[in-house]
Amino acid sequence: MTENTVLALNGLSKRFGSVVANDAVNLTLKRGEVLALLGENGAGKTTLMNMLFGHYLPDTGSVDVADGHGRLRPLTLGHPQAALAAGIGMVHQHFALAENLTALDNILLGGESLLSWRQNRRAARTKVQGIIERSGLAAPLDEPVGNLSVGERQRVEILKALYHDARILVLDEPTAVLTPQEADTLFENIGAMTRDGLSVIFISHKLREVLAFSHRIAVLRHGKKVGEIATAEADEQIIARMMVGADTEVAPHPAMETGAPVLQMTSLRVRGSNARTSLNGVDLTVHAHEIVGIAGVSGNGQTALAQVVSGLVAPDGGDIRIEDAPIRHFTPPAMLKAGVGRIPEDRNHDGIIGAMSVAENLIIERLDAPEVSAKGFLRQAEIRNHAKTLCTEYDVRGPGVDAPARLLSGGNVQKLILARVFEAAPRLILANQPTRGLDLGATNEVGRRLLEARAKGSGVLLISEDLDEILALSDRVVVIHDGQLIEANTKDRAQIGLMMAGEHA
Amino acid sequence: MDILQILLTDSFWAAALRIATPLIFGVLGALICEKAGVLNLGIEGIFAAGAMAGWLAVYLGAGLWGGLLVAALTGAFFGLLHAILTVPLGLSQHVSGLGITLFATSVSYFTYRTALPDVSSPPRIIPFQPLDIPVLSDLPFIGPVLFQQTAMTWLALALVALVWWVLERTPLGMAIRAVGDNPDAVDAQGLSVYALRMGAVVAGSALMALGGAFLTMSAFDAFFFGMVNGRGWICIALVIFASWRPGKALLGALLFGAFDAFQVRMQTEVGAFVPSQVFLMIPYVLSIIALVLVARRAEYPRALLKPWFKGQR
Repeated sequence: MTENTVLALNGLSKRFGSVVANDAVNLTLKRGEVLALLGENGAGKTTLMNMLFGHYLPDTGSVDVADGHGRLRPLTLGHPQAALAAGIGMVHQHFALAENLTALDNILLGGESLLSWRQNRRAARTKVQGIIERSGLAAPLDEPVGNLSVGERQRVEILKALYHDARILVLDEPTAVLTPQEADTLFENIGAMTRDGLSVIFISHKLREVLAFSHRIAVLRHGKKVGEIATAEADEQIIARMMVGADTEVAPHPAMETGAPVLQMTSLRVRGSNARTSLNGVDLTVHAHEIVGIAGVSGNGQTALAQVVSGLVAPDGGDIRIEDAPIRHFTPPAMLKAGVGRIPEDRNHDGIIGAMSVAENLIIERLDAPEVSAKGFLRQAEIRNHAKTLCTEYDVRGPGVDAPARLLSGGNVQKLILARVFEAAPRLILANQPTRGLDLGATNEVGRRLLEARAKGSGVLLISEDLDEILALSDRVVVIHDGQLIEANTKDRAQIGLMMAGEHA
Repeated sequence: MDILQILLTDSFWAAALRIATPLIFGVLGALICEKAGVLNLGIEGIFAAGAMAGWLAVYLGAGLWGGLLVAALTGAFFGLLHAILTVPLGLSQHVSGLGITLFATSVSYFTYRTALPDVSSPPRIIPFQPLDIPVLSDLPFIGPVLFQQTAMTWLALALVALVWWVLERTPLGMAIRAVGDNPDAVDAQGLSVYALRMGAVVAGSALMALGGAFLTMSAFDAFFFGMVNGRGWICIALVIFASWRPGKALLGALLFGAFDAFQVRMQTEVGAFVPSQVFLMIPYVLSIIALVLVARRAEYPRALLKPWFKGQR
């Protein structure tokens, strides 16, 4: 540890239930340095920073922060106030601003004794204006924050941290909500501030800005720090490989002759309110006996793609065909009828009705089938028998078919959904993050079932943020970036990683 | 007397301000709670508790100002109960508030009956008397309207200014406004969301109880069952009417007071051929109409009714 170290994280670990969010992470930061924290979604970047700022209490580990004289002192963990007092400022991805207060009042909040009889706005304004001059972070101070643009709000957040004398600034995905121009300005401002001695950690998964604006890069993967490199020695290949990892083998995967197209999208457009829910003219074909994997960093249009295929939104342009029949009505029942089976991303929220029984959840997508209902009445006995058969076949374990589905564990909920989907013998299966949060056994089961459906002649559209899973299961990999699809034509991790970051390798 | 001439008499305006006084206390109290993000439907019961506690304290010899203090502390107690249930425990503010109203009302009646088991007609105290300020009280029109009110009316008016100053001009008020809009913003600055919200509810409830105490210690001189008679609920509506601003809250309370004073005088004018219930209805109907006209533009505190838990971002 050198004289210049302002921050040291020592072996921080955090578990949420059975999920290990961070595993003994060490990290140091020097005065005036810009450190980029990189990693895929769920790699534990935000959790790490929330521990630093006191929002979470780590299970093990400690943090040392330099005081005003540069001496490292242990930080009291679990208290945002202690982090603030130690000179750590954090700008969250979701801004912590009161919209009914002006920008200036938001900056002042918490800076004065609550017992003082009046506010000293004039002195505060002078100080804020001094900071604005030095950093270039301009914001209208007397507007209520509710009237400000996203970029302005972010500058208010940073000004707030600087006003409270932050010597270390943590930015959680600062450019996720900014236009490219705003992002460039932000990094220019950060450059100006670091020359004044500020140290910055920023979280990102955009390789380009990381390489352009950081001094050092630390990469997290599955909660562990898997690498650290000076930016000057890094290039996109190296970082992409660190991010996605190259330590797992692609599982064997029997070759199979593909059949006729089951899903055809032509110049499909969805104008959503943000990048997550927009598609900008995509072409995609999925054949029978084929699994097509959609790889990408979350928030690049996966949601829009899944919503269109499940019938939750209607496209604003373009053409979509299931088994060569054009789709005109974009409703979930129409898509079900056309032969789409859906494994939703948020299985507990969109996949089951927790208060209803396991048996009811198993028949809920085909209430008017003759074996389910007759003359307007549900056939209870058949439904229960049917559920018992399926639960045995798909190994759904729990308190029985009459118990509410919410009592099932995550893996068993997913098996219930698999049973419901596969039993309808769909032509196209939409599997959206099908193994997220599942243990190894359930994960393997999902993979096995998807391959089995493929063997039986279904086409599978697999959307996942887990590149390992995509490479293991897919016949073809398509990368989604910024609402557009690019055929990968390769199974090379590093190359796909680059494409996920928007670089055409 | 002509109907419009009513509006020109000093007794009408004096009555309007007198009727508005308990509402001013109540609406300020409800406003403080809601600014911090907590709806306090305990108000109707806290009025009753304040009325009872203040009156009983004076009856037992505490003196008028001592009685007000007892009333405020009683309100603060029920406010604390509501705050514990809704802030750290995050229970439904509606359910807790209605529970507080039922609880506080019953406890007040129970205490009254237990403390005075043998009385048949309500015992009386000597309440706050109308002020008699040399020169000012003798001014034509303004004198009777403003300067012959009791000290409690002046306390209420002073509190309007005080609450406005605290909310708009002090760091504490800023933190209260912020916690009702985005508790995360307050937490991120190292301030305690729980302490701010609970403090606001306790303080607001104390003001509500003063509104109740006005009924037994200034408007009347005794405690009756059912004497609050919906005044608390009117305050909840007036907060929305006022768009959570103390100045407008005063205006709303005065408007309601004027409606009420007007209907009393209308009864004596045309009461012979219109049933009195119609007049009793007037202030409420007019309040609803005013609310409809104003409330569509109302900007609720964004975090109102939303529980916040530490560590759940």
